[in-house]
Amino acid sequence: MALDASVRDAVLAAVPGLRAFAISLCGNVDRADDLVQETLLRALANIDSFQPGTNMSAWLFTILRNHFRSEYRKRRREVEDSDGSYAETLKSHPEQHGRMEMEEFRVALAKLPSDQREALVLVGASGFSYEEAASICQCAVGTIKSRVNRARTRLSELMAIDGVDDFGPDRTTRAVLARNERA
Amino acid sequence: MEAGIRPGKTEAKLGRDIQAKIGQQLRALYDDVVNQGVPDRFADLLNRLDKPDDKESR
Repeated sequence: MALDASVRDAVLAAVPGLRAFAISLCGNVDRADDLVQETLLRALANIDSFQPGTNMSAWLFTILRNHFRSEYRKRRREVEDSDGSYAETLKSHPEQHGRMEMEEFRVALAKLPSDQREALVLVGASGFSYEEAASICQCAVGTIKSRVNRARTRLSELMAIDGVDDFGPDRTTRAVLARNERA
Repeated sequence: MEAGIRPGKTEAKLGRDIQAKIGQQLRALYDDVVNQGVPDRFADLLNRLDKPDDKESR
């Protein structure tokens, strides 16, 4: 099989984002990389069905998500968050506080229902529009919007409880009260 | 709710702060993986598949 250079480059360029999305689905780096590998094999075997000029990244994300839902999802529960391998990948944050915060966030994210989590990741991190995310998830744009909103609401509840010292109500309320007393 | 969130302006501001924080953390987590680039196994895989060779008929 000989790949067109532009196709090959577009596939390679999508790999880092595919991995990040796969990790958010699997919660495990090794399984995520296997998922990416199987996605690439499927994609290249069906490269003729890719329409040149359309978004290669969105096409690959769609294949990855479909494959995950058909093959991986049923096995996900047993491995999710079990080995901390995701945390080990957070190497670019040596600063302890940042790492802890990120780990707390990762745990909160993993508590979301998977349809909400994937919608939030696609729109909030992968940089897809609501329309593209809807196409990847094969649902209505309004459904994506409501999943993203519910994900944000749930995360803010989880984080308000878990991270009061960082940005919770106590500090804000105290600051307001302190100002009022001085006035 | 005993979290002590007061209705009104404080709550609205708090909501915005937390939403900004969520967006920031989400991107940080994601970009952490993206910044690892393309692991060798995937570059190798594409190179292997990209060969118009005749050994493919194994």
